[in-house]
Parts: sequence; C-alpha cells; structure tokens
Amino acid sequence: MRAILTDATPSMPPIPNPHLESLSLTRQSPLLPGAFLLRDVSFTVARGETLAVVGPSGAGKSSLLRLLNRLDEPSSGTVRLDGQDTQTLPPQQLRRRIGMMMQRPYLFPGTIAANVAYGPAQRGEALRSEKIDLLLESVGLAGYAQRDSSTLSGAEAQRVALLRALANNPEILLLDEPTSALDPAARESVESALEDVIRARRLTCIWVTHSREQARRVADHVLALDAGQVAACGTPQEVLRDASD
Amino acid sequence: MTHPTNLTHLVHITPQLRHGILDCAIAGGLALLVLLLARRRAPGLLRELPLAEFRGLVQILAVGAILAFLLHGSRWLAVPVLAGMVLAAADIVRRRAKRIPRPFPMILAAILCGPGSVLALMAALRVIPLSIDILVPVGSMVIANTMNTLSLFLDRLRGEVLAHTGEIESALALGATTDAALQPGLHAAFRACLIPSMDNIRSLGIVWIPGIMAGMVLSGSSPVYAALYQFVVLTTVFSAASLTCFVASHLVAARLFSRHEQLLLRG
Repeated sequence: MRAILTDATPSMPPIPNPHLESLSLTRQSPLLPGAFLLRDVSFTVARGETLAVVGPSGAGKSSLLRLLNRLDEPSSGTVRLDGQDTQTLPPQQLRRRIGMMMQRPYLFPGTIAANVAYGPAQRGEALRSEKIDLLLESVGLAGYAQRDSSTLSGAEAQRVALLRALANNPEILLLDEPTSALDPAARESVESALEDVIRARRLTCIWVTHSREQARRVADHVLALDAGQVAACGTPQEVLRDASD
Repeated sequence: MTHPTNLTHLVHITPQLRHGILDCAIAGGLALLVLLLARRRAPGLLRELPLAEFRGLVQILAVGAILAFLLHGSRWLAVPVLAGMVLAAADIVRRRAKRIPRPFPMILAAILCGPGSVLALMAALRVIPLSIDILVPVGSMVIANTMNTLSLFLDRLRGEVLAHTGEIESALALGATTDAALQPGLHAAFRACLIPSMDNIRSLGIVWIPGIMAGMVLSGSSPVYAALYQFVVLTTVFSAASLTCFVASHLVAARLFSRHEQLLLRG
C-alpha cells in the first residue's frame, strides 16, 4: 500500500462544516494488551461525499466503521456528526442517523417486507406496504415483499440489506465491503444499485473496500489505512495512482 | 406422608444398605459405560462424569444423613437448608455460564426469584405442607430442576449469541434496543431449556411414574392422591424453572451488552 501512495499525504486538508469528522480516533485491541486496532485516525467527510477506505487485511478498515456508529467504543478520540460529539447522542439515535451495511447481509428470519420495515418498527413506525414495494422496485426487487428472506441469492440479499439500512432514512451510510462476498456479475449489480441510491439521496458515504479499482470508481476521496494508521488521504488520483487490484 | 429413612439405617450396614451400594455401583458404572461408548461425540463429558458421580453420591449420602436428623426438627430448619441448596445451585450454574461476565449475582437473583417465590407461595397457600419432611425434598427437587433449566438456558443463549453475532449487530446498527436485538436468541434459549420440563408434564403417567409418587404409594398413601401430588410437584417445578429463566432473560442483557449498547460476547 505504501508504495503506491506517492503524492498523497497522511492528512486531509480541513473542510468547512464537515458532515462527519474523526479526530484522533484510537482503539486498543481488547485481546492483545498494548496493540492497537486503530491509532490517531483523523479525517473529514463533506455532506454528500463518498470516502473510500482502503488498505490490506487487518489495516483497521472495519474497526473504523464500527467506531463511527459505536458498535465498538474508541479508547480515545472523537467522532463528530454535524459538529456534535457522537458520545453525546444515544446509541440508538446515532445508529439510525448513521446506517450500516455489512459484508454479509445477515437478513432476519421472515419476509423481505419485515426485514425492510425492521428499523422503523424499532421506533414504533409501521412502514406502509406501498412504500416497501417502491423501495424494493428501486433496487430491482419488485414483487419480493412476501418472499422468505432465506430464499434470496447473495446479491438479492445484499440489496435487501441496503434497503433495510435506507428505510431508517440515514444521513450517512457505512458500507463494509458490501460486494466482496459476491461473484463478479452480482458485484456489479449491487455496486450499481448502491451508486444509484447514494446519488439519488445525496448520502454521505464511507465505503470500505479492498478493491482499489472499486475505490477509484465510487469515491470522491480515499483514506488509506495501514496497520491501523492513516497512510494517505486525498483524491483517488493522488492516493491510488498506479494502483490496480 | 412418612419417610422411610432414619439414622439407624445409615449407621448400620443392613442388607438393604448393602443392596443399595451395589445398585449405585451398577447404575454409576452403566452411565460411564454409555459415555465410553459415545466418547467421540462428547469426550469432555467422559472426563467429567466420574467426578460428578462421586460428588453426587457423597452429597446425597450427606443429605440423607442430615435429613435423618432434620426430619425430627423444627420446620424452620427448612429455610437454611433450602438457602444452602440455592447457593450451591447458583455456584454450579455459574460454572456453566462461560464467557458471561459477572454471572453469579444474576444467577443467584434468578434462582431466588424462581424457586424462592414459587415455594413460598405454594407453602403460603398450604399446597405444600409446612413440614420439614415435605418442604426439603420437594424444595430440593424444584431447586435442582431449576438449576438444570437455567444451565440449559444460559448455555443455549451463549450459543445463539455466538452463532448470530452478525444478526444481533445488524439489529443494533438499525437502531434496535439490546432487548430487541437479543429477542430471537432469548426465544430459542427459553424454548429449548423448558422442553424437558414440558415433556415431563406431558408424559406424566404414560412414559414415567416419578420417584416421589412411587415413594408415596410405597409408604402407604392413596395412589390417586399420590398422582395428584406428583402433578403439583411437576407443575411447581415448571413454574419455578420458567420464572427463573424469565428473570435471567431480563438480567442477562446487562451482562452481554455494554452500557453503550455494544455486544460484548462475540465469537
């Protein structure tokens, strides 16, 4: 990774009114005393921007996402959402504002409609069936509402996972290698669905990927991590110059 | 109801006692033989069984001796005896609750709520006579079954959480509360741990005639009364075990999640 980071710098120039801001985010390993999963990771993301996070396995990409929506607790450092320290927000409220799509879809047992409606149901809101149908149609799954979640292909399940996150109307979407477990055709269809949704909703997006080509295609900026630290940050041209998968 | 045990039988090696020792050796040996046959399926259990058998035998002999003294004492002596059983049961369940942080207070509270309140209620309503020779054996059955049920509940719940970490964290990431995220695991664990107790009630009289009924009939009680009383005991066991797991299911979330609603028990 370091070899391709020729002109990039390990810090990002400050932007006015960032949507999401990470300041010296650090997490120590819970299993290995003295080891760090992440160390002093700082970056900013503007509203509607997609930041790709790249790096080798074990670089801390997934750990970073888990700190952003507080599935894990940082050892030190701050995450700010619209300038507000996320530690001051109740975890449930924060996680509704920062949606997450994991590497595997982890659909719940039951119908697709129940899966899509899960987030709103947690705050007592029933998602109308017409709305669910419209959402499903938007990702090419029209007519799937009453199908059982266990009958879907990997790509279909991943699209349902995307809708499930979007049903909460998040401001920010965290994507943890959402296409890495899919075959090339399915990868293309899920990536395309994601790009459409992100563009249509003007979502701020943190997209973890191990594919530099994918990062080049989808990102406005790229954050490269190596051994839990920021190795480089900048535009795809700066960070991923000469890169190929 | 009369109790056949008395101190004389324990002190002198009577033909009946000799026969009992031989029976124990055969029964214990058979259990070892079966596990030896199934050693590849559960190698750990084969190592555990001899010690468990020895421990169980010593404990039950000690209890037999203590009962022989207690049965002639005040009924209030049942309280410290049952309290001791509750503490011992909580300690045994604690050892099964691997990877659940600080489990003992939660387990003790759950067992106190379950058998404690159910036995107190049944005694207050005079369903269980307030006499030490009934309170102690019935109480011990209720506590022992509750202990087994709670062990099964916690073991299954831990398995469910470790097998479904992704689903639980997906639910949290969608803004679910820890209770809602844990709900499928709690359902599975609750149902699984109560199946044996439910099957005991369902099969009562058809598949098995439990020891307490056989004992009552042997000691001269009416078979119909003995049958009714057996139903009382089994449903009391079920109520106590269910209530214990219900209480534990509410207390366990605080052990599995941090105060920031992060899953602590992960594979």
